[in-house]
Amino acid sequence: MSISRREFLHLMGMAGAAGLLPGSLRAANQRPADIYETPRFGNVCLMHMTDCHAQLNPIYFREPNVNLGVGGALGKAPHLVGNALLKQFGITPGSQAAHAFSYLDYDAAARTYGKVGGFAHLATLVKRLRAERGDGNSLLLDGGDTWQGSGTAYWTRGKDMVEACNRLGVDIMTGHWEFTYQDSEVIENIGAFKGEFVAQNVKVTEEALFDYKFSDFDGFNEDAGLAFKPYTMRSVNGVRVAVIGQAFPYTPIANPSRFIPDWTFGIRDEQMQAMVDKVRAREKPDLVVVLSHNGMDVDLKMAGQVTGIDVIFGGHTHDGMPAPTVVENASGKTLVTNAGSNGKFLGVMDLDVRNGKLQGYQYRLLPVFSNLLGADAEMQAYIDEVRAPFLAKLQEPLAVAEETLYRRGNFNGTFDQVICDALLKVNDAQISLSPGFRWGTTVIPGQTITMEHVMDQTCITYPETYRREMSGADIKAILEDVCDNLFNPDPYFQQGGDMVRLGGLDYVCDPNQSFGKRISGMTLDNGTAIEADKQYMVAGWATVGSQSPGRPIWDVVADYLRDRKQVKIDKLNTPKLVGMAGNPGLEDYPAA
Amino acid sequence: MNELRRLIIKGSVAAGTLGVAVGAGLLVPGRVLAAWPDKAFGQKKMEDALTTLLGSAEMTESAEISIKAPEIAENGAVVPVTVTAAMAGVESITIAAPNNPAPLVASFDLADGAHGYASTRIKMGKSGDVIAVVKAGGKLYTAKKGVKVTIGGCGG
Repeated sequence: MSISRREFLHLMGMAGAAGLLPGSLRAANQRPADIYETPRFGNVCLMHMTDCHAQLNPIYFREPNVNLGVGGALGKAPHLVGNALLKQFGITPGSQAAHAFSYLDYDAAARTYGKVGGFAHLATLVKRLRAERGDGNSLLLDGGDTWQGSGTAYWTRGKDMVEACNRLGVDIMTGHWEFTYQDSEVIENIGAFKGEFVAQNVKVTEEALFDYKFSDFDGFNEDAGLAFKPYTMRSVNGVRVAVIGQAFPYTPIANPSRFIPDWTFGIRDEQMQAMVDKVRAREKPDLVVVLSHNGMDVDLKMAGQVTGIDVIFGGHTHDGMPAPTVVENASGKTLVTNAGSNGKFLGVMDLDVRNGKLQGYQYRLLPVFSNLLGADAEMQAYIDEVRAPFLAKLQEPLAVAEETLYRRGNFNGTFDQVICDALLKVNDAQISLSPGFRWGTTVIPGQTITMEHVMDQTCITYPETYRREMSGADIKAILEDVCDNLFNPDPYFQQGGDMVRLGGLDYVCDPNQSFGKRISGMTLDNGTAIEADKQYMVAGWATVGSQSPGRPIWDVVADYLRDRKQVKIDKLNTPKLVGMAGNPGLEDYPAA
Repeated sequence: MNELRRLIIKGSVAAGTLGVAVGAGLLVPGRVLAAWPDKAFGQKKMEDALTTLLGSAEMTESAEISIKAPEIAENGAVVPVTVTAAMAGVESITIAAPNNPAPLVASFDLADGAHGYASTRIKMGKSGDVIAVVKAGGKLYTAKKGVKVTIGGCGG
C-alpha cells in the first residue's frame, strides 16, 4: 500500500500529538504534520495577505530581534521578539513554527526549512483552502504594499503584480506603496485589477476638486470628495460582509507627495466611525471588517476608539502575529491581526456568523513554506514569463555573503549596513543615511548576492542618491524626527517605519524620552564627537521632498559589492540603548 | 460640480490662502481689512495675544469644542483645521498655534444665530498644539489638539 506524503505526515503528526512516538522520533518530528491542515470552522473564511512587496518567487526573510514597545505598547503584541514571542503564543522553541515567527537560530533553521513565500506556492495554498471551504465561502483580501519591492515591479510599474493578483484571485485590496507610482499609473493599475480597491481615508484635495483629472474614475465620489471607493459589500456563503478600506494614512509624508499631488490621506478615525455607522445602517451587514494599512499599533488604538468593527485585518508594520489581539471598546470587541510581510504568511480567519452577528472565530497565520507547498504550475509559468525579459540583469552575481544579510528590526540590519557602507565608500562621505523600511529580503551565509537581492532592498520610485554637507545639528534633528515617528507613545503619531539607518555614525538612543531628547552621544566611527555647528559630508538616498541628483542607490550598492566580492560586516552602526533592559521586544542585541 | 459647493470651496480656499499670506508677512494686514487687530496678531505670547484680542486669557476647557486636524501634517504650510463649537450663543472662534512665532492665527466673529463652525488652513513652523478659543455668552472656552510637523521620509 502506498500512502501519500501528505497522509503520512498527517499520521505522524497525530501520533506525535497523541504521545505514541518514542521521544527521539518525536523530537525529529518537530516539523508538524501538515501545517496546512485547517479543520473547517464556521461559515465564512477570510484569507488575508499583506505587504508581499512584489516578491513573486520564494525568498528568505528573517524576523526581527529588535521590535521595541514603549509606553502602553511595552511587552504587548506586536512588540515581542524571539523567545518572548514564542512564549506569549505557546510556540515550541526549535520547531518549524518557531522558525517562521522568530529570528532564533536563523541561519541553521533557514537551511533546514528553506525559502518562504512565492506567488506560485501561495496560489497552491489559496486554491486548497478555497476548495476545502467550498465555492463562494471565502474571500481573499490583500492589505497592500503589493505592487512595489522588486526589480520587476519597478520596471513594469507594478503591472506584473496586478496580473499576478488577478490570477491569484484577490477580491479586495487597499494600498500604500501602490501610491508611489505616478497618480495616472495608480489609476491605470486599479483599472486593470480585477478585484476592488477600497480606501475610506483618501480624499481629493479641495483645490483639485475644481478640475479633477480623474473625474471619470469609477471609485471617485465627488460629493464625498473620496478618491476611491470606501467600502464594498460581498455575500459570502449567504453572509453579508462589509469590507472597509483604510490606506496607509501617512503616504504623502513618508513617501513623495509629488507623484500624487491631488490626494490627501490621514487616519480620519471620526470618518471611519461615520463610515461604519453608515454601512451598518444602510447595508445591514452581518459582519464588518476593515482591511487596513495603518500599522498594528495604530490599528490597536483605532479598535479601541471606533465601535462596530468585528475584525481589522492589518499590515504595514510587517508583524507576523500568530493570533489576533482582542481590543475592547465602548460597544464590544474588535479583533486586530497583522500578517507579516514578503509573502511569508497567509492569514486565515474562519468565522462563525449567525443571526447577523459574529459568534466565534478561528485564526491561523500560516507560514508559506515553499518546500511544503508545491508550485502552482499556471502561476509559475506566468511568473517565469513576466521575469524573462529581466532575468539576466536580476541574476547578475555581485558578491558572496559571509553572514546573514537582513534588514528588519528597529535599527541597522546587516543589509542596511552594506548599503550605508556602500554610500560612504562610493560617494566618499563621512556619514550615510538610509531609510528604515521594513521590507527587503534576507540573504543567508554562503549565498551569492545577486542584483535581484539589491533590488529587493532598494527598489523604490525615488532611488536617487545625494551627497551634501549637513551640520551636526541638522543630523541630530533628522535622527530625533525619525525616532519620534517610531517611539512616540501615541500610535497615531507613529508612521510605522523603523529608525533611519546610519553609516559612520554611532549614537545613544533612549526611546522612553520625549521628542528631541532621545538622541545623544553622537560620534563618528573613530570616536570623535559630532559638533552641532560643524559641517559633515553626508550621503543618502530616498529623498521625499524633491528628486536628488545622484545615481540610483542600487547602482551604488552594486558597484560596492562587485568591488568587495566577499561580504562580512566590519562594524554595525547600531545605537547603544538606554532604559531598554528587559524589554521583551529586544533579544541578542549587541549594544544593550 | 454643484455650483453652490464650488463657491463655498472657492471661498474657503481663498480664505485659507489669505491667512497664509498674512502669516508669511506677504500682505500688510492694514490693507487687507480695515479693522485688522494688528496688535493682537503681532503678539509673541499666546496669553498676550488672547488678552489683546478677547480682553482675557482666562478660559475653561470644554468638551463641546471639537478640533479636526491631522495628527501629522502633510504640509506644515497649510494644515487644515476645523473647529466646531456645540454650545449656544457662540460669538467668536479663535485659532492659535502657541509654537508659532506669532501664535494668534485666525479669529472669526459670528453673527447671532450662526452655527459654531470655522474651517481654515494654518501655517505651523513646528510640532505643537492647535488651540481653539470659543467666546460664548461672554465667557471663553477652549480645547486643543496636537499636530506634528515632520520632515517626512523613511516610511516602511
